[in-house]
Amino acid sequence: MSNRSKRLNEEAEEDEEEAEGIGDWERTYVDDRSWEALQEDESGLLRPIDNSAIYHAQYRRRLRMLSAAAAGTRIQKGLIRYLYIVIDFSRAAAEMDFRPSRLAIMAKHVEAFIREFFDQNPLSQIGLVSIKDGVAHTLTDLGGSPESHIQALMGKLEASGDSSLQNGLELVHEYLSQIPSYGHREVLILYSALSTCDPGNIMETIQRCKESKLRCSVIGLSAEMFICKYLCQETGGLYSVALDEVHLKDLLLEHAPPPPAIAEFAVANLIKMGFPQSAAENSRAICSCHNEAKIGGYTCPRCKARICDLPTECTICGLTLVSSPHLARSYHHLFPIAPFDEVPLSSLNNLMPKSCFGCQQSLRGAGNKGGSCVTCSKCKHYFCLDCDIYIHESLHNCPGCESIHRPKSVSMMEE
Amino acid sequence: MASVTSKLYSDDVSLLVLLLDTNPFYWSTTSIKFSQFLSHVLAFLNAVLGLNQLNQVVVIATGYSSCDYIYDSSLTPNGHFESSGTGMPAIFSSLLKKLDEFSAKDEELCKEEDNEKRVASSLLSGSLSMALCYIQRVFRSGHLHPQPRILCLQGSPDGPEQYVAVMNSIFSAQRLMVPIDSCYIGTQNSAFLQQASYITGGVHHSPKQLDGLFQYLTTIFATDLYTRGFVQLPKPVGVDFRASCFCHKKTIDMGYICSVCLSIFCEHHKKCSTCGSVFGQSKLDEASSVANKKRKAPDS
Repeated sequence: MSNRSKRLNEEAEEDEEEAEGIGDWERTYVDDRSWEALQEDESGLLRPIDNSAIYHAQYRRRLRMLSAAAAGTRIQKGLIRYLYIVIDFSRAAAEMDFRPSRLAIMAKHVEAFIREFFDQNPLSQIGLVSIKDGVAHTLTDLGGSPESHIQALMGKLEASGDSSLQNGLELVHEYLSQIPSYGHREVLILYSALSTCDPGNIMETIQRCKESKLRCSVIGLSAEMFICKYLCQETGGLYSVALDEVHLKDLLLEHAPPPPAIAEFAVANLIKMGFPQSAAENSRAICSCHNEAKIGGYTCPRCKARICDLPTECTICGLTLVSSPHLARSYHHLFPIAPFDEVPLSSLNNLMPKSCFGCQQSLRGAGNKGGSCVTCSKCKHYFCLDCDIYIHESLHNCPGCESIHRPKSVSMMEE
Repeated sequence: MASVTSKLYSDDVSLLVLLLDTNPFYWSTTSIKFSQFLSHVLAFLNAVLGLNQLNQVVVIATGYSSCDYIYDSSLTPNGHFESSGTGMPAIFSSLLKKLDEFSAKDEELCKEEDNEKRVASSLLSGSLSMALCYIQRVFRSGHLHPQPRILCLQGSPDGPEQYVAVMNSIFSAQRLMVPIDSCYIGTQNSAFLQQASYITGGVHHSPKQLDGLFQYLTTIFATDLYTRGFVQLPKPVGVDFRASCFCHKKTIDMGYICSVCLSIFCEHHKKCSTCGSVFGQSKLDEASSVANKKRKAPDS
């Protein structure tokens, strides 16, 4: 961090000189820091560090934090989100401290983020805004199709001029003030410049954002800035600065799961939605989204217009169109499974089953790297660490609890 | 040696995780006996193992009150095909033994419960979750792993209380790109299995003639993922993705969704019955959003 900001303060020319001083082949090693992944064992041999234990410990900490936050209140999440991603394409984005450049790295991870976001929030929408030459440009309007956003982003990868936080906020504020009140308005800013070049008083803009309940989060790529921190504090967002590429990716993906719903941020409401049926196999019609004749697709139940893909908003009557699996995809946010309890090594005894309940991997000996295992507090089955991560991050079901016949009425119903 | 194995793996090696419905409440009502059904399945498993020497089969029993692994071909040493006097290959005698133990245990767990209202559904969500954990382990094991797929052999009706868990498993399988094939031998249609196969890109089929089950299994479900590109498999039936409302359980075209918990209602309520949030004015909102639409339209 300090290293990077120091480098930024120096003249750009000097930086170039320094870069020329070491050869390309050398630089790959300097950037890689591959020696840091090695450690010496008792006999003096070099071995790669076993990261899995550390990784798992980190994951457990994160999980505990999340569940602690959720424990106090009834879980309410902002499942319907309207998020604008503001990307700073100013001169500073051309910096090479991230390989190959900040710009390329940002684009790469924003792409991954957009896919992850729609996977986790199928009913939400994203819009893209870029800041360049002191002006904010709209790359895409709010929409639910990941491909169109990614395409628009990849077509505009150039960095120039100054960056203006105020212009970006003003533009996003204008767009987000139009959305219905049940939606959660969010702004995620990827900021790489160390200054902001504004036409007016940015404090007023921040206050306006606060009043219209925009939750602004900033991820910095260089160093911490007061104005960004202030913006996040005022609007209830998260401020973080990325140390390296991996950290940047983690910080970005932290924004993918829905934030806790704050009552004053969005009004609970009933939203009218349509569940279109897929059109008959061989019926040909002109779709209202691309104006092309196509076979198949879906029919809007209100205005009978043909659309190609779900979820979307009907272009003719404006009805939100979804299918039941889209709703089901969000249910796991509302019924999370409790973190498993760690079983310390000392209490490993003969009463314990020999293998993980999920994957049948042996819990003793070579197969289990971490050396310990976890247990579900409800069904008392034992799991290996890998299954623990998989169950909580992707599956969202405890195989043990699901393998016990429960009396009806426990969980919510739908068919 | 390494090159030999990698060459072998370049062929279409599959890992088949079979979820076997052993729900006694279902099997007591069918025309075909469980033992007959099992002989079809065992022959099918043998066929799958015979297609490629690296093929692997895992069987998970889906019971009424529990689920368990009953067979894993990677645990039994290969080539032990000699009969053990009963006319049954040795590898399957272990499966049958495990299955016996499992059903005895399942029965016991069954008895513990009170007999009141029984829904004869089996624990599909549990066995699906276990299968995915196993497949996740196979993915972890390194670059050279067989291509996994899941086959549900299900006869019991869906258990509505498993909806969320089954959907979670389906989405996780979709992310892992593991197809879920389903062979439904029951009388009704299984919406769970239809959706599972549709979403994950697997094959769904419900055979009409159970006497020829073996033939259905080998011609449809024995094809590995690569071969599926050339084979004409049963086309996906039109899956009905319409939702049913929480209040009257009616299937609806258009409805109201609670913005906090995504519960579905067929008419406008003042308060959400699932999460308890009180709703603001909806008429006004809708009007304003339509107005926005109109305002936006000329721009784009």
